[in-house]
Amino acid sequence: MRTTLPLAVAFITGLVFVITFFLNEESPLVGGVSKQLLDWLIIIGGFTLLLGVVSILRVSWQSVERRKEDWIYKLITILSVLVMAIPGLLPESWSSLFGRQEGTIYDWLFLNLQAPMMATMFATLAFYIASAAYRAFRARTAEATILLVTATLVMLWRVPMGEAFLNLFSEEIPGLINTYIMGGVNLAVQRGIIIGAALGAAAMSLRIILGIERTYMGKS
Amino acid sequence: MPESVFGQEGESLFRYDRINALVAVVVFSFAILLFTKWAKEGKPLFLRKIPGLEAIEEAVGRATEMGRPVLFIPGIAELDEIDTIAGISILGRVAQITAQYETPLYVPVRYPLVLAAGQEVVEQAYIKAGKPELYDKDIVRYVAGEQFSFTATVNGYMMRVRPATNIYMGAFFAESLLLAETGNAAGSIQIAGTARPEQLPFFIAACDYTLMGEELYAASAYLSHEPIMMGGLKGQDFMKILIIILIIIGIVLVLFDSAEIYLSWFEEN
Repeated sequence: MRTTLPLAVAFITGLVFVITFFLNEESPLVGGVSKQLLDWLIIIGGFTLLLGVVSILRVSWQSVERRKEDWIYKLITILSVLVMAIPGLLPESWSSLFGRQEGTIYDWLFLNLQAPMMATMFATLAFYIASAAYRAFRARTAEATILLVTATLVMLWRVPMGEAFLNLFSEEIPGLINTYIMGGVNLAVQRGIIIGAALGAAAMSLRIILGIERTYMGKS
Repeated sequence: MPESVFGQEGESLFRYDRINALVAVVVFSFAILLFTKWAKEGKPLFLRKIPGLEAIEEAVGRATEMGRPVLFIPGIAELDEIDTIAGISILGRVAQITAQYETPLYVPVRYPLVLAAGQEVVEQAYIKAGKPELYDKDIVRYVAGEQFSFTATVNGYMMRVRPATNIYMGAFFAESLLLAETGNAAGSIQIAGTARPEQLPFFIAACDYTLMGEELYAASAYLSHEPIMMGGLKGQDFMKILIIILIIIGIVLVLFDSAEIYLSWFEEN
């Protein structure tokens, strides 16, 4: 039963989505089915959020309680979860600082702490790109040298100063890079990967719908 | 105009403009089922070696020798993404190996549904490996719901604990290089797999092995060594050959300027 029921659910749901793709979504019958499934997804998503909150609090609390290594970070995690969640969950009628609208504690914490921290994480990507590019572009082999030359040309083409520099030699160079490197070799390889991935995804979906693939449930 | 459950009167319930997709689905399904049947009957099927998957056991062995954990990230997308399902499938195999070697495993996730699925898969893997007593519910952990909060948590873990092996399998976005470069700086052996072409260069630059596109979806079948699963992969290969033939026909017809009708069969609707 533990295997049969999920398999049946996967089969029926998969089949419904495949069939509705080939039917007119304007019709109330098909549109209704899609809407129902979407509603279920939102409801299940809401319930599972609680699962995540419980998991993070339980794991962090265990570390704090047993004074495990780096327990101080876990304590900060617990405090952060509570400080963000509690004012956001309290009813707005109690105070203008509660709830999640503009001017609340939640809003202030999000705009002044969470958003800048996330932006900082994203901004560090520039440094990581530089270090990864340095390693990838070291001309140790013929392939790496081709990669280095190609990447240099593309980078020159992508920035106005570089384009001006290329124009010194010939005004046709930027157009040639666009046509042959980006629109030719690069696009052909990308399309090859995308076609392969799409077929792989479709084959895996079919294996799941037909119950051949059960590894995602921990079954062989 | 009167309306029924099938829509406005006179409107067709069936999308005739998608008949090309229906033909493709039927041919593809038939190919997969046919090859699966042949595989079941015991016909030998050749599969090329995928170095990234071959390296998983070796990488876990390295972690065992070093006495350090294995970090597995099944992507950062929700469970309704096929990439995540593929990642979870590979997690089962990795967990089985870590259970056999008694190597610590850490699986941070971004969505509660992935947490539930991951916990189930890892538990089953430990039972299958005959080490249920080693299973800990907290092997798979929900760490953060926001993309960069998740990345910061995992990067912090990598720099503090320095896992011997990092395995990234699933859907990754802007955080792919942040994770892979940090793992590289921490000295971990890294195996990645994603079907997103825009993230592949980052993984290739920073990881030791990278599964590209379809290899990610093929991994569960490849690792299972089960003929019934491998039949699906051969079905895929058949479709690829078919697509190559169709592309060549298209090129020839375009060269002779008579491809109008032919190309209309492949229009997306």
